[in-house]
Amino acid sequence: MIEPIKFFTGKFNLKIPEIESLLGAALSKGGEYADLYFEYTVLNSLSLEEQIVKSANRSVRQGVGVRVISGEKTGYAYCDEIDAAAIRKAAITAAHIANSQSGGGPINVSSSHPAHDLYPVAQLINDEPLPRKIELLNRVDRASRAYDRRIREVQTSLADEYKIVLIATSDGLLIGDVQPLARMRVMCIADDDGNLQSGVSGGGGRIGMDFFSDQLVEHYATEAARQAIVQLEAQDAPAGAMEVVLGPGWPGVLLHEAIGHGLEADFNRKGTSAFSGLIGQKVASELCTVVDEGTMPNRRGSLNIDDEGNPTSQTVLIEKGVLRGYLQDKLSSRLTGAKLTGNGRRESYRHMPMPRMTNTFMLNGESTPDEIIRSVKRGLYAVQFGGGQVDITNGKFVFSASEAYLIEDGQVTAPVKGATLIGNGPVALTKVTAVANDLALDEGVGTCGKDGQSVPVGVGLPTIKISEMTVGGTK
Amino acid sequence: MITKDSLSDIVKAAIKRGATDAEAVGIETTEFHVEVRLGEVEKLQEASSRGIGLRVLYQGRQASCSTSDVSPQAIDELIANAVEMAKLTSVDEAAVLPAREELASEIVELGLYDPAVAELAPERKIEMAREAEDAARNFDARITNSEGAACSTTVGKTTLVTSAGFAGEYQGANCALMVAPIAKESDQMQVAGWGDRQRHLAALDSPEEIGREAARRALRKLGARKVATQEVPIVFEADVAEELLSDFFEAVDGNSIFRRASFLVGQLGEVIASPALNIIDDGQMRGAVGSRPFDGEGLATRRTVVVENGVLKSYLLNTYTARKLGLRSTANAARGLTGAPAVGFSNFFIAPGVYSPDAMIASVKNGFYVTEMIGFGFNTVTGDYSRGAAGWWIEDGRLAFPVEEVTIAGNFRDLLRGIEMIGNDLRFRGRIAAPTIKVDRMMVSGE
Repeated sequence: MIEPIKFFTGKFNLKIPEIESLLGAALSKGGEYADLYFEYTVLNSLSLEEQIVKSANRSVRQGVGVRVISGEKTGYAYCDEIDAAAIRKAAITAAHIANSQSGGGPINVSSSHPAHDLYPVAQLINDEPLPRKIELLNRVDRASRAYDRRIREVQTSLADEYKIVLIATSDGLLIGDVQPLARMRVMCIADDDGNLQSGVSGGGGRIGMDFFSDQLVEHYATEAARQAIVQLEAQDAPAGAMEVVLGPGWPGVLLHEAIGHGLEADFNRKGTSAFSGLIGQKVASELCTVVDEGTMPNRRGSLNIDDEGNPTSQTVLIEKGVLRGYLQDKLSSRLTGAKLTGNGRRESYRHMPMPRMTNTFMLNGESTPDEIIRSVKRGLYAVQFGGGQVDITNGKFVFSASEAYLIEDGQVTAPVKGATLIGNGPVALTKVTAVANDLALDEGVGTCGKDGQSVPVGVGLPTIKISEMTVGGTK
Repeated sequence: MITKDSLSDIVKAAIKRGATDAEAVGIETTEFHVEVRLGEVEKLQEASSRGIGLRVLYQGRQASCSTSDVSPQAIDELIANAVEMAKLTSVDEAAVLPAREELASEIVELGLYDPAVAELAPERKIEMAREAEDAARNFDARITNSEGAACSTTVGKTTLVTSAGFAGEYQGANCALMVAPIAKESDQMQVAGWGDRQRHLAALDSPEEIGREAARRALRKLGARKVATQEVPIVFEADVAEELLSDFFEAVDGNSIFRRASFLVGQLGEVIASPALNIIDDGQMRGAVGSRPFDGEGLATRRTVVVENGVLKSYLLNTYTARKLGLRSTANAARGLTGAPAVGFSNFFIAPGVYSPDAMIASVKNGFYVTEMIGFGFNTVTGDYSRGAAGWWIEDGRLAFPVEEVTIAGNFRDLLRGIEMIGNDLRFRGRIAAPTIKVDRMMVSGE
């Protein structure tokens, strides 16, 4: 196993006293807090299309980000070279966010290890021989094509990375982590006499190659094919406000958009979120308890430590309908006195950390999925989604269904075309009138964007019923 | 420093290691970004970075590698990995580097680098952000808060060397200024962002103009409500029409075409839109954000008419997608550090029409003026379109009241054919632009 402190001090010949001195340089203009984020990431990707491996790619990303906090201000600089001179230059650049002439005293860091060990991986996918990965993609391709003769094209890709990080802070923390991440994606195009439709599936997590069992990858293959075939028969989606039932798993993107972003502490500290000042207020029906949990083993959104070196945790966002907490990073926590939640995340050493979600999901209720479907006279049953987006300030959010069906008199009937659903964050969950007992997390494909930074996340949901939501169809 | 010589050494070393062909790209960037909120500097970021990417072909097989570590040892590894990986991928007849005669023979000067941007003092950038935010906050008492204002500059150099005989480099710079004020009235809070991005400092809207326009946009959202579900004419404000164009790009991207993943497959030469519609991609516009002398494979960029009087005249292609389709590259190869070249637009725009936006609104008896869209509800394969929208309701040719929390939906084919009027208000604020567009009807879903 790679030991991050040894990796960076050894490979780049940086001793701990040097790191302490660099933190001192970062605070040389009077900043109150500084941290260094060392990163070495290897990313691989491989894609199979038209039944051939068209390209194999590999990239190495390494560098150091230096952050200095002074009150509400943050100075940030980075360098691609991991050597003391380059880091010192970045530290002095970042230091200028503070403007006092005097620096602080000497800084001492002591090394520690993450409290969690959420993704022990015997062998990184990076170290697997390429032919083995190619065979896996071929297996998927064959399974998709075997599903139905109308599957015309299959694109399969496998992306894997490992990220070694080391975080040193002026609080005295020196902590590292090795973060594996992999994702398989399958896209199928069905062609029935010129009627073209697509289906997408995939999954992954912080895992090794053994995760992608034959059974699992064949499930991805047939799932993408099945979605494309179902769409061949899809009717126009309905338009207007109606009852909506969301299936388990990935439809949890509802939570991510409707409430998750609105509960990130930076927006609330600044009073720019539709949820600002609502702690203790009812923002959902009593059936809803929503958590953000960065500590789930092997999950795509999980981390042993966040990108500021703090342990991830479980944060209750909504408890039986009442808003309980925000997702914190170091800066917001310093400024508001709130307890850290381990949600300070960043895309890479070239980016400042900010409060982000990890795995966000709703806990089980007591209904069954069947009961919920049977209780709907006319509505939409949405089981697969593409992406979503939210306007934090007015709370309006959308998420787009890619596989949905009509519910008529308590029965799931015809498939309908994709449609965007729109709602208002602080109100949407007050209309949840049933929550089933079939909580599922998504399969591990989610990526969240905020301020130009992408990070891997997870979402989850049991089957739920929303009494009214606007469905953006055409009929 | 990445130079043509240093990349040429990498290409030679890759050939020596057995590669049939090789292409090395170097990207160096210096970025500065400052955010001011409520008058105070909140974030300041400054850094220089660089990276090298190498694509190799080995007897018809392709692989690529990149690194931000440019030490000799890391470069050796890069070359070794790329060549070894290429031996394990499949033979792909379309994967070739462009032939020598296709390559740009000279590097045209396009005015991409303005020293006034490159040398703009950090203090002035902070001041510009502060002025933009002040202008927004002082515009109206209902502007009570702000997400802040940001000023950023990027100065960079791109270098490309290929074993087919191309070696070129160009420098570019650009400056962006944006602000997002928040308006509040009774219980409602609304934010709107507005800004500009230009290569030349003199072309950038003033901080005051940007701030006032942002405030106007936040204020006009106050009091918004839903409307009943109905099918009506839609007027897309220019910057929203730009989003439609961005979606349209996916449907003419050569990758979508050869994969049959676009509703425009097989439509070359066919009428796909109203005769009023003309869409152009131009990589050679002087001083424009999307201009560059050569594309990601070393071809001289050009002007490509994509839609002419409603007829689809061309897809946008790189060498790979052109070969797959039996066509010629339109010099739209977009080369990042890693991966095979993608297809990207240069300066992509809808040619302006003759109507003023006011006249377009005045032509609608009952309809929707869309000023904002959110979400990703576009299916490139089928053309099905469904997105969240906000804006103003039009009654008897006048803006009547603000609208939010509705969706608009239809099929992109119908949307293109249903274009009735095109505005005269084209202005580039980046590398994609459209004027105001009116379409005959779409479904608005609300209450």
